[in-house]
Amino acid sequence: MSGVRVLVGTRKGAFVLNSDGKRRNWEVSGPLFGGWEIYHLKGSPVDPNRIFASQSTGWFGQLMQRSDDGGLTWAPIGNQFLYDGVTGTHQWYDGTPHPWEFERVWHLEPSLSDPDTVLAGVEDAALFRSNDAGATWTELSGLREHGTGPSWQPGAGGMCLHTILVSPQDPQRIFVAISSAGAFRSDDGGVTWRPINHGLHSEGLPDADAEVGHCVHRIALHPSNPDVLFMQKHWDVMRSDNAGDSWVEVSGNLPSDFGFAIDVHAHEPETVYVVPITSDSQHFPPEGKLRVYRSRSGGNEWEPLTKGLPQSHCYVDVLRDAMAVDSLEECGVYFGTTGGQVYASANSGDSWEPIVRDLPAVLSVEVQTLA
Amino acid sequence: MIRVVLPAHLKTLAQVPGEVELEVVGTPTPRAVIDALEDRYPVLLGTIRDPRTQQRRKFVRFYACERDLSLESLDVALPQAVATGSEPFFVIGAMAGG
Repeated sequence: MSGVRVLVGTRKGAFVLNSDGKRRNWEVSGPLFGGWEIYHLKGSPVDPNRIFASQSTGWFGQLMQRSDDGGLTWAPIGNQFLYDGVTGTHQWYDGTPHPWEFERVWHLEPSLSDPDTVLAGVEDAALFRSNDAGATWTELSGLREHGTGPSWQPGAGGMCLHTILVSPQDPQRIFVAISSAGAFRSDDGGVTWRPINHGLHSEGLPDADAEVGHCVHRIALHPSNPDVLFMQKHWDVMRSDNAGDSWVEVSGNLPSDFGFAIDVHAHEPETVYVVPITSDSQHFPPEGKLRVYRSRSGGNEWEPLTKGLPQSHCYVDVLRDAMAVDSLEECGVYFGTTGGQVYASANSGDSWEPIVRDLPAVLSVEVQTLA
Repeated sequence: MIRVVLPAHLKTLAQVPGEVELEVVGTPTPRAVIDALEDRYPVLLGTIRDPRTQQRRKFVRFYACERDLSLESLDVALPQAVATGSEPFFVIGAMAGG
């Protein structure tokens, strides 16, 4: 029988939530790595029993873990993320040059075809790849060294590479996004890169239409049409129909176009989900109402999804990696909050129920659809 | 034989319930102790000192014999009481945050 496994990274450990395909009854296990920040866990699409996890604290730095039995047991893997060559500098918050310094792994993206290959997006922004199931990591330094790196500047959360998307139709095509540098694309498997930010407009920049410097929060795509990208920028929800060559705003009737998370329905490439957040200085939902907004038209027209979500006195945030979808026949949608709730919808967002309510602040949510 | 007391998270990682006992070749120094510790427990690589610069991580401290050795050279000989095993060498996770 089919089922789903939800992988939840929090400020104080990881949790694994299991259910059958009905998604009514959940078994919650954890915390794994209690007390550690788990920025992200993600399973291999090739071998769902293989899961990679990023484990860190400000005290003891970065560790990496891997499970080969669906999260039951874990073992440490390589945690040496050494930048390639002379790293040079990026801009610090005050605009002065600042040397590149590794801080943590924000996002893991296992290969679509090889269970031993996984990409890692790190802070300070860079992309690493392992071809040996995480034992060793090598920087794809063409990204950091393509030319605009010295002008990159950290966002409030650090200068993080948080989004990695590999085209299911062309594994040589990789998209990444960096706060606050913008979006970048490689068409040769990560060797060479170029910015893809034309059409982004960020009033916080001296040049609002600059080639780089945009605070992209998250990008999502649908596997059937990977040239169409949906972006939640710091402000503005954006869309590209040409693999990022140009972007148009599709915020439409959203109550706020600030937010972090964005995702696409598993079976409907034009159905998109966002969670509007009040503003850059008020990281909670407008009016204290937790609403997922769904567009069935690829943007611009959005409908609030509220059934089962708190509609008063709710002041949580939903972070950039904290939304995911399953691929069951009726698409499931999941998101976690900084208040420790993980909500699930088994009907494409029409209604929601909390799986758990009182976890530590949720940093990431990923879903594995199990045969 | 050098006795080392690790903070709780590092004991969990290294899967040791209590103190660690290490043989250190030559004069025991903080660097030699950490070298031996990482050699015995590779999972601790990078958790006590930066793997690239070899500098102590900023929220990790080294104590022994009621002294904070953190700001001293890593190559200074440890107190005789630590070298003989009568006192442990403490690796401390600084008290900050939660």
